[in-house]
Amino acid sequence: MSITRETVRYVANLARLGISNDEEELFTKQLANILEYVQKIKQLETTNIEPTFHTIDVYNITRNDEVKQGIDREKYLNIAPLVKDGQFVVPKIIE
Amino acid sequence: MIDKSAKELIEEIDKKSINAKEVINFYKQRIDKHNSLINAFINTTIIDGDGVPIGIKDNICTEGVETTCASKILKGFIPPYDATVVKLLKEADFTIMGKTNLDEFAMGSSTENSSFFITKNPWNLDYVPGGSSGGSAAAVAARLVPWALGSDTGGSIRQPAAFCGVTGLKPTYGLVSRFGLVAFGSSLDQIGPITITAYDAALLLEIIASYDKNDSTSIPGNRRKYTQALNGDIKGLKIGIPKEYFIEGIEKDVKERVLEAIELLKSLGATVENISLPHTEYAVPVYYLVATAEASSNLSRFDGVQYGLRIEKENLIAMYKETRRAGFGSEVKRRIMLGTYALSSGYYDAYYLKAQKVRSLIKQDFLESFKKVDVIITPTSPTVAFKIGEKVDDPLSMYLSDIFTISVNLAGIPAISIPCGFDKNNLPVGLQIIGPALSEEIILKVADIYQRNTNWHRMIPKTFLDG
Repeated sequence: MSITRETVRYVANLARLGISNDEEELFTKQLANILEYVQKIKQLETTNIEPTFHTIDVYNITRNDEVKQGIDREKYLNIAPLVKDGQFVVPKIIE
Repeated sequence: MIDKSAKELIEEIDKKSINAKEVINFYKQRIDKHNSLINAFINTTIIDGDGVPIGIKDNICTEGVETTCASKILKGFIPPYDATVVKLLKEADFTIMGKTNLDEFAMGSSTENSSFFITKNPWNLDYVPGGSSGGSAAAVAARLVPWALGSDTGGSIRQPAAFCGVTGLKPTYGLVSRFGLVAFGSSLDQIGPITITAYDAALLLEIIASYDKNDSTSIPGNRRKYTQALNGDIKGLKIGIPKEYFIEGIEKDVKERVLEAIELLKSLGATVENISLPHTEYAVPVYYLVATAEASSNLSRFDGVQYGLRIEKENLIAMYKETRRAGFGSEVKRRIMLGTYALSSGYYDAYYLKAQKVRSLIKQDFLESFKKVDVIITPTSPTVAFKIGEKVDDPLSMYLSDIFTISVNLAGIPAISIPCGFDKNNLPVGLQIIGPALSEEIILKVADIYQRNTNWHRMIPKTFLDG
């Protein structure tokens, strides 16, 4: 399994994760080790095996589409890092 | 009072031989006196109730009380609602004594990954308490609370319970609501009790297990009266011993203590059969692909917009990246990286999907075994507690300390860890009892009858014996 620093940079960008140069170096080595170890699962033949995404027989939980009283909007806005006019503020995304 | 289980405290309060305020004060004083020795609690804000004290792992939301997941990204986060389990505890009038330490976002096996401080094992302060629910297990072992809640994604209740010499139950997936539990691996996570006795685990499970419309994975229908199943009778019970769990690398004392416990259960009327769970060796690799994939998705919510830490930057992507760089610790970043890689274009089929198929084989092993036996008994961990710092630089060796607990989460079934003696250095050994889905009554009954005939679960580390 070849994990290069470029792979690590590429994946960190996908994950929107800032990592330092030291972490980049460390993760290159550690992820290569871990991925080499998990290769073990490739020994098994699984062509006709269904995946288990969910372990219990509970499917399609739905509810009626009714308006209900939720938690106070203010309570959520109070814990946000930056709020203006009752809305979350993010840096400008359209030039 | 220190030697009383939660059940015994409740009985004394009901008889009015002590009152609840005395009990609460007693434990408050113990926390004030001893917590600094082991750092079991992140905060000790008491949430008023008029009943027996309890500790709550700090990845479970408590309205109005800081909930950090031991992460810098959630430092100062005050949840606007209670987790369903917390709501149920409040309705039952429990007194929440504080929030317990954990590996950041429950990712780890030693509680060394907490961003704040390391929790120590009450049996020997140079050793880890296990993890990720290390704070809850250490708090119960040191009798800073008579019981606590933990969460278990790959062994995070059972392994610390084993390392700290207490009882820990991972319920069937879907039995206890996860609403308000900060999500790590959503197809694996369950909340469960960490207690002195199996009876207390049954009692606490009765309180927290319920159908919850706010958790779409919650199993519909009523829950059982688990304490009523503890009738002290295991005549004819069939115990399976899987050969894959008694392999090279398991410590001699651990193996001997577990085999002694099995002999005792035989003398109480159980029969023993050797079985095989042939895909056991694939459980750790499957887990570290599935759990990290789910974690990378779940943790995308920590982006500096709605709550938690935010590092201001000129554009949105830079703000996300800097917030997450500053907020997440090393292990969390490593798992986000691994999970993102496993889900990324070109690797999804080879890693994530393949792992979910192998997971079916692991689950099938259990289904086949439970046609022959009622419960499966194994060591909870191949070793007793290890030294602080011993595995911190080698993620893979840390992951392998969960080798005996992970399969249970992958299969969605319940298991309990109970103390079954000590090794030569006086560190506790844990015994794991695994049952089929929704067999909590059976595994609790086996744990209970073992505890009726042994005293390991009543042992208290001598530093904490006062009072």
